[in-house]
Amino acid sequence: MDRFVWTNGLLEMNETLVIQQRGVRLYDGEDKAKLDVGVVLLSTHRLLWRDQKNNECCICIPLSQVIFFEEQAAGIGKSAKIVVHLHPVLENKEPGPYQQSKYSYIKLSFKEHGQIEFYRRLTEEMTQKRWENTPVSQPIPTGVGPKAGRTRAVGIVGIERKLEEKRKETDKNISEAFEDLSKLMEKAKEMVEVSKSIANKIKDKQGDITEDETIRFKSYLLSMGIANPVTRETHGSGTQYHIQLAKQLGDILQAPLEERGGMMALTEVYCLVNRARGMELLSPEDLVNACKMFESLKLPLRLRVFDSGVMVVQLQSHSEEEMIASALDNVSDKGSLTAEEFAKLLGLSVLLAKERLLLAEKMGHLCRDDSVEGLRFYPNLF
Amino acid sequence: MSFEWPWQYNFPPFFTLQPNVDTRQKQLAAWCSLVLSFCRQSKLFTLDVLEAQESAVFNNNRIHRKLSVEAIQVVFEELRKKGNLEWLDKNKSRCLIMWRRPEEWGKLIHQWVSKNGMVNLVFTLYELSNGDDTEKEGIKYFMFPCYIALYQQNGNASLQNYNFTVKATVR
Repeated sequence: MDRFVWTNGLLEMNETLVIQQRGVRLYDGEDKAKLDVGVVLLSTHRLLWRDQKNNECCICIPLSQVIFFEEQAAGIGKSAKIVVHLHPVLENKEPGPYQQSKYSYIKLSFKEHGQIEFYRRLTEEMTQKRWENTPVSQPIPTGVGPKAGRTRAVGIVGIERKLEEKRKETDKNISEAFEDLSKLMEKAKEMVEVSKSIANKIKDKQGDITEDETIRFKSYLLSMGIANPVTRETHGSGTQYHIQLAKQLGDILQAPLEERGGMMALTEVYCLVNRARGMELLSPEDLVNACKMFESLKLPLRLRVFDSGVMVVQLQSHSEEEMIASALDNVSDKGSLTAEEFAKLLGLSVLLAKERLLLAEKMGHLCRDDSVEGLRFYPNLF
Repeated sequence: MSFEWPWQYNFPPFFTLQPNVDTRQKQLAAWCSLVLSFCRQSKLFTLDVLEAQESAVFNNNRIHRKLSVEAIQVVFEELRKKGNLEWLDKNKSRCLIMWRRPEEWGKLIHQWVSKNGMVNLVFTLYELSNGDDTEKEGIKYFMFPCYIALYQQNGNASLQNYNFTVKATVR
């Protein structure tokens, strides 16, 4: 009886009623079910049972769950029965009248007869298996007892639907949040306008207010954070800015790169440049975008990304083959090297040293020895 | 006669599975031939994976390197693909090492049979394996692959199976 699920008793789109019979009591295996006498209905897709006294109480089971069924003849004081053997409970089964049952079969006890015709029709349906040809709209069964109309999504479709809904929710929240922010931006613009106009008015009415006070006024504005964002505005935000920046970097980085053997990690560049600037620091994003423009601006620098994700700026004149050949020589000289030893040898940072060794390994010049002692590189003698 | 280890055995990177595809291929080939020659020398026909991990083949104490379990499995898989290894159980804990593949056995048997003029005679594989040729000592361990090997020698052999003796006629 634990295979049964609550249903609203309505037939689905492609489902048709085959036969129904009053006066049927359900048995869970050998025990009488804790339900009264009712009407049993056979459709093309399911076997349903509705309580005669309480029409709201309706349960069903898909015909696909039926393994086989047999007749049980009537006896003295016993009605004729049909025994229906069922497949094991489905994992994602909807709630039903029984949580669990030690029996894997049920019995339909026909108190008012009608079992012969019912058995015949059941045999027909089980042979034809019409539910396989015309699947009813998912899910079967719908609803939870008397409460109908709740679309319960089952399986992957349901999960996808839920994810879609969640995504829409998030989108809505984000756009709402940014609505406020855009309002804030507008206000800020207005504030800048206002302060500019005041500053101009002050300048016009030179006689009334001294320069001193104008400057003080401007400093108040600055402390509020509404100064003219000179750098961005002078050169414009976006590409123009990055182009100018890239040219500047080309000049700044030339010397340090040559010192360090033609290659520097992007993090090193970031630190170097910002330390030099002092004020008007660069954001990492701006730095990366500027570096990406090196090639198109025909500057003698290149941004390079290794397999491991490490980004470096290197001189265009920097030749990879030379580097690898020299790496191989170094390793062969010493027999074997770790990344740290190699870094010390060349005066490179450990990160770059490791990248070079990995590249040499990729080219097949080196092979690795990975043990508890650490990672060492040997010349590839294989 | 003590076993002569190949140069790779004393090369530490040999015990690390190489990420570079070409290097790895060469490494695995070297491992395969090492395992096979070791087994042939020690007359080992079956290997237990857990025991093998501790054996000298995969453990070089002198350079303090040993082949990891995953890498050993890779080597075994390589041997299996080449036809030199067969798993004896589903859990891959024991395997049959065939330092001579069944086809090679088949050829060898055929040669021996022809040489000894036993063509068209019926004989048992027991007789075969107890000949004076010590190379054939392995045959009794390879009953089944040998049936197939013989049978597949272009139909040069026919097999009749009576209980535990196998009679084979080689044409």
